[in-house]
Amino acid sequence: MALMASSVPSQPKRGRVRSTPKGRRVDPAARNEVRALLGDAPRRTDLLIEYLHKIQDRHGCLQARHLVALADELKLSMAEVYEVATFYHHFDVIKEGDPLPPAITVRVCDSISCELAGGHELLATLQGTLGARVRVKAAPCVGRCDTAPVAVVGQHPIPHATAASVTAAVDANSVNHPASGAVTPGHVDYAAYRASGGYALAAACVAGKRTPADVIAVMEHSGLRGLGGAGFPAGRKWKLVAAEPAPRLLALNIDEGEPGTFKDRYYLERDPHRFLEGALIAAWAVGLEAIYIYLRDEYHGCRAILEREVAALQANPPYALPQIHLRRGAGAYICGEESAMIESIEGKRGEPRLRPPYVAQVGLFGRPTLEHNMETLHWVREILEKGPQWFAGHGRHGRKGLRSFSVSGRVKKPGVHLAPAGITLRELIDEYCGGMLDGHELYGYLPGGASGGILPASKADVPLDFDTLNEYGCFIGSAAIIVLSNHDSAAGAARNVMKFFAEESCGQCTPCRVGTVKALELMKSKKWDSPLLQELSQAMMDASICGLGQAAPNPMLTVLKYFPREVE
Amino acid sequence: MHQKLTAVVTSPVSFTLNGQIVVAPADESILEVAERHGVEIPRLCYMEGMRPDGNCRTCMVEIKGERVLAPSCCRYPKDGMEVTTNSARAITSQKMSIELLLSDVPERIYTLNSELDLWAKKMKIGKPRFAPRHQPVQDLSHPAMAVHLDACIQCKRCVRACREEQVNDVIGYAFRAHESKIVFDFDDPMGDSTCVACGECVQACPTGALMPARDAGTIVPDKQVDSVCPYCGVGCQLTYQVKDNKILYVQGKDGPANSSRLCVKGRYGFDYVQHPHRLTTPLMRKPGIAKHKDFTVDPDNWHQVFREVTWEEALDFAAKGLRETRDTYGKRSLAGFGSAKGTNEEAYLFQKLVRTGFGSNNVDHCTRLCHASSVAALMEGINSGAVSNQVRDAAQAEVIFVIGANPTVNHPVAATWMKNAAKSGAKLILADPRRSDLARHATYYLQFTADTDVALLNAMLHVIVEEGLVDEAFIRDRTSGYEALAENVKTFSPERMAPICGIDAKTIREVARLYATSKASIIFWGMGISQHVHGTDNARCLIALALSTGQIGKPGSGLHPLRGQNNVQGASDSGLIPMFYPDYQRVGTPEARLRFEQLWHTTLDPDPGLTVVEIMNAAKKHEIRGMYIMGENPAMSDPDVDHAREALAALDHLVVQDIFLTETAYLADVVLPATAWPEKIGTVTNTDRMVQLGRKAIEPPGDARPDFWILNELARRVGVDWYYDHPRDVFNEMRTCMDSIAGITWERLERDSSVTYPCIQVGDPGDPVVFCDSFPTQSGRARFVPADLITAAERPDADYPMVLITGRQLEHWHTGSMTRRASNLDYIEPEPVASLHPLDLEAMHIAPGGILTIESRRGKISLYARADDGTPRATVFVPFCFYEAAANMLTNPVLDPFGKIPEFKYCAVRVTAGGPTPHRMSFGGGALLAEH
Repeated sequence: MALMASSVPSQPKRGRVRSTPKGRRVDPAARNEVRALLGDAPRRTDLLIEYLHKIQDRHGCLQARHLVALADELKLSMAEVYEVATFYHHFDVIKEGDPLPPAITVRVCDSISCELAGGHELLATLQGTLGARVRVKAAPCVGRCDTAPVAVVGQHPIPHATAASVTAAVDANSVNHPASGAVTPGHVDYAAYRASGGYALAAACVAGKRTPADVIAVMEHSGLRGLGGAGFPAGRKWKLVAAEPAPRLLALNIDEGEPGTFKDRYYLERDPHRFLEGALIAAWAVGLEAIYIYLRDEYHGCRAILEREVAALQANPPYALPQIHLRRGAGAYICGEESAMIESIEGKRGEPRLRPPYVAQVGLFGRPTLEHNMETLHWVREILEKGPQWFAGHGRHGRKGLRSFSVSGRVKKPGVHLAPAGITLRELIDEYCGGMLDGHELYGYLPGGASGGILPASKADVPLDFDTLNEYGCFIGSAAIIVLSNHDSAAGAARNVMKFFAEESCGQCTPCRVGTVKALELMKSKKWDSPLLQELSQAMMDASICGLGQAAPNPMLTVLKYFPREVE
Repeated sequence: MHQKLTAVVTSPVSFTLNGQIVVAPADESILEVAERHGVEIPRLCYMEGMRPDGNCRTCMVEIKGERVLAPSCCRYPKDGMEVTTNSARAITSQKMSIELLLSDVPERIYTLNSELDLWAKKMKIGKPRFAPRHQPVQDLSHPAMAVHLDACIQCKRCVRACREEQVNDVIGYAFRAHESKIVFDFDDPMGDSTCVACGECVQACPTGALMPARDAGTIVPDKQVDSVCPYCGVGCQLTYQVKDNKILYVQGKDGPANSSRLCVKGRYGFDYVQHPHRLTTPLMRKPGIAKHKDFTVDPDNWHQVFREVTWEEALDFAAKGLRETRDTYGKRSLAGFGSAKGTNEEAYLFQKLVRTGFGSNNVDHCTRLCHASSVAALMEGINSGAVSNQVRDAAQAEVIFVIGANPTVNHPVAATWMKNAAKSGAKLILADPRRSDLARHATYYLQFTADTDVALLNAMLHVIVEEGLVDEAFIRDRTSGYEALAENVKTFSPERMAPICGIDAKTIREVARLYATSKASIIFWGMGISQHVHGTDNARCLIALALSTGQIGKPGSGLHPLRGQNNVQGASDSGLIPMFYPDYQRVGTPEARLRFEQLWHTTLDPDPGLTVVEIMNAAKKHEIRGMYIMGENPAMSDPDVDHAREALAALDHLVVQDIFLTETAYLADVVLPATAWPEKIGTVTNTDRMVQLGRKAIEPPGDARPDFWILNELARRVGVDWYYDHPRDVFNEMRTCMDSIAGITWERLERDSSVTYPCIQVGDPGDPVVFCDSFPTQSGRARFVPADLITAAERPDADYPMVLITGRQLEHWHTGSMTRRASNLDYIEPEPVASLHPLDLEAMHIAPGGILTIESRRGKISLYARADDGTPRATVFVPFCFYEAAANMLTNPVLDPFGKIPEFKYCAVRVTAGGPTPHRMSFGGGALLAEH
């Protein structure tokens, strides 16, 4: 190892008198600014991320002086604030003397679907052409893969982005999520939802017209499984949490960050009250005191909808509601992991917890917690209204239920396609996606976003559902299907997702934090060191704390398995 | 995983470990069970005594039926579980995690004890197969610690040490993914951060990423010696790492008061013993060199005043002067100041020498200056001056009330236990005019007006009495005098007291209710309570709070005056007090006198002697003509130090025994070079009543001699007939006249290092909580003593409009004679500073860091300004450790009538911008020792 003696600042020879106590002190002006922003809001540490957003939104960045003042307001230490602020992509921490960030940030998605659609070239072009008042950054998946490539100007997503369309938005200073148009399809609002019979079911439950046991039984019989990716049977989860001591909580996961996935956004943008009613029914059936909704920060349009609709619901409730808290993510894929999300709701770094204990026993704020993906609750009303057989009655090739496939890549009609569970990729492309793009032949596909591995075209007739892909070293996860064609490289796709994991690892455990980086290095070679990668993968899968590190090797391993010629 | 696993006592579980059936408690991790059964599992982020975090993933084991491996440090066995630690699958992960970490650390060695290297070797991992990361540069901004993040493995042991153990909350784990890194505050250089240099992170680091500065950790020590910290009264045990008769570095030892924790003084403040200013030869004042109060000591120029002599000559001369004074002017013309920094055995011998050799009770020490009023009130109320509960009993408390104390600065390790308790849910109430670091952890912080303690406390008592929050049974069965107290506090309604003490009535009521009604409330106090003319009254109110609510005599409920110095408890216990023989047997009671006359084979002066300030006054009036001062520095520590120096200069004969040429030694006729703490053996008693054994780690420099030897030699020459071979013999004599330690044997101290008293019979465990059934008064009852409002002797006025509060700072201790010569400590706080509120500085046009001048009716000093918004308005705080700007030039020597303690915490001053730059002599100023 080279000693960097010359570049090492040496210790001063003599201590100096300090004009203040040790370290930074609160700047009175910054204190006033922070107090003005916070107003009467409670000085609770679990709200740290919310307050960081307030400062970032108001000042365009998090200056050290404001962070010191915020720490003081919340009775936190500086380190406690700094480690959280620097964990999330969407906070710009600026120390004294550092230049302030430009007024506009353009984020260009560099995840797999956008890369296939030319996202990298767009990024390079924009970095070269947009001026100094704009900062152009690569960003992980923003959940709009069906309109790849995507750039986001400020909070304004540009579908099918081109250098021209992005530059036009920048020039127009169009930095807010538009209230209408392509990215705002329009939604069923509270009045309309109520008018069409919405919340009648929840009200009936609360009024005693149904029993929790009966509702939980229906959920169990429907076969509905967690649609965030893990696939845990929903009804059984309700039962487990209901058996834990009160008070119990509901944590609702809309941190949809798995590259290729955008189904939650799709439903939320159109019918937001459906999952809210599902959440209220779950809260009643399981006996939950409060509902925490965690929405990824990238979904600015959804946030506006949710804020408005939850307020409308609370203003004119169908019955006395449990508490509903909206929490805003801040740019961190890992917070989609259930326990990392809980940490984030508690105002901390999104580091997954070790289990046991499971979140059903020791979850949010140490309480037994029912955690659900949004879409899982989206189906509750319909299942209860139509009966368990309705949901279980769908399915193909011996599988049961419905899946919302987020399809992107080389197909004619990408988008969210509600299809029977167990459908094959070939059927999905042909029946729902209008076939392959002209000039493209199916080469392979990612059946479960970045984590689910890569299958070759020869496996296009395998039923797509929970459990059916395990034998191929893959899984369906959140049902994000990314289709590759003969113009694409599986190894390239694997590198793209490994880079994503290396950047999105929370940094907590060795196999994931270090393993992803070392794997990516090895995958940059033309010829991969298969034995070493296999050994490394074994440790990552066996020893990582959470699903991120455990699943990160899947794409790389499936390349070695199904596309060996690319890397030999 | 951030939830603490609640330990539930369950029956043992039986499970299979590598094919063997083992039985273990259910709350012992698989890793610990395996360890006990001789099955070694690698581990890096795990550290005994610390919350396991399970992040390094080197301790992974296979549990049958589970999809993935489990971290054995965080998993607990269940009945029937089948655990394999050495399967190919488990070992692949164990080795891979180690190899990944190894690939990212440099080959350069920062520590001889790298746990990463150890496990790599044990697991036979050769050169890592992965390319290294891009390495960060090192951070050498701190004088005591070096930060080499290239060796960091992100195990977060330092984070847990800083945040969960010491609760200093400086270290964070910031950024994410492979950019995750250990940071100080906002990723600042360690030396510029809020780091208080407790060094707990260094002690926790397994790879040398955090190390003692200047590569001290890469040298193999000759020996390791267990001892006790020489600084404050917390009594932390430590281990000296010694090489070539020098202390290389210090590590915390798992003692009962500290559980391996230390603070910056204990861990990094040890090289004063090697300072070139150490006295190595006896000195005698040169003929014709007059003594005068106006001077600044320059120890480099000692030869202008003194000449070197032999021990024979020095001792003969010292003894002759004392003898002749006694014989000429009478027994009461001599006095002695012993030391709260020496051992119990030295303290005992010292008071025995004064009482039997000088012939009076004119013996005192600096307890007079710190907790004399607390002791007066405690003796009056419950006839015991020691604490009722130990610091760590805070863990049992629901409410912790800290008043007039700044433990994060003055008792840093004690503060960690309070912060731990607060973090675990105990309600902390902090009351102090100066907002300290503890305030952040407090449920209630009361920044009350200085000097209004009685107003605040009586208002709380008023609420407790008026709202019926008293513990009637406790008052009825265990106290006397309640009616008078209840009557007295009637007029102290919170509404009436609020404008006086500056705390609104609602808050006073809430705090009083909280304190009174909790299952267990404990009170800690410091010199903010004691150092007032109403110090005894302040303490009386605290005692009344505990007695009226029954918050004493059980775990988590009690009274704890935080003792300042390493042996101030023991020195007082040993009789270094003019009104008490050892073990608080009252001078003036014939039984006590007889007991000691029989033990010591002599007659004793039946009357109590003079106290510290009284002795100084008597010296100035030539009523005291000769003194022996061992290890104290009244020329710096006494109030109105100008007056004290005048008094010392007026003595006919002054013998000073110390390790440095202190301000006091400068006025001596003969100076006896003594041993520093790591150079001798003996016991000290901490604030918790723990008697602890200090062991000799290094030889003293030159011809410096053990205080124990000097005392023996001097006593013989003064004409006293005793001689002891070893401190052990003194301790054994003490046991015969001090019932509270009668059961403590020297052998037990050698074995256990620490025994709590009362320990009456040999083999007694020692009582951590006392007064459980009765109080040690004649009636067995405690006594309420009401207190009224008395204001400070000198209030601000038009001429002197600001209030001066004196005290200490984290890095410097007492008068600075040791710490300002400890290079790390001196580096961190190199110059005299006065803390003021930034708005006050602004109004006076004083730039932070600029010079200001403080003047009182007694003196004037100039020093640097520090802007600290924790300081109340119209107030200035000055630590008394800086000889260039001695705070006690300003303080008011008025005394509390009961405790005879001076009012160090309040006098009127005038602050002006500018003034001469403090004149530094040959120590202080922040130069690292290597520069000397």
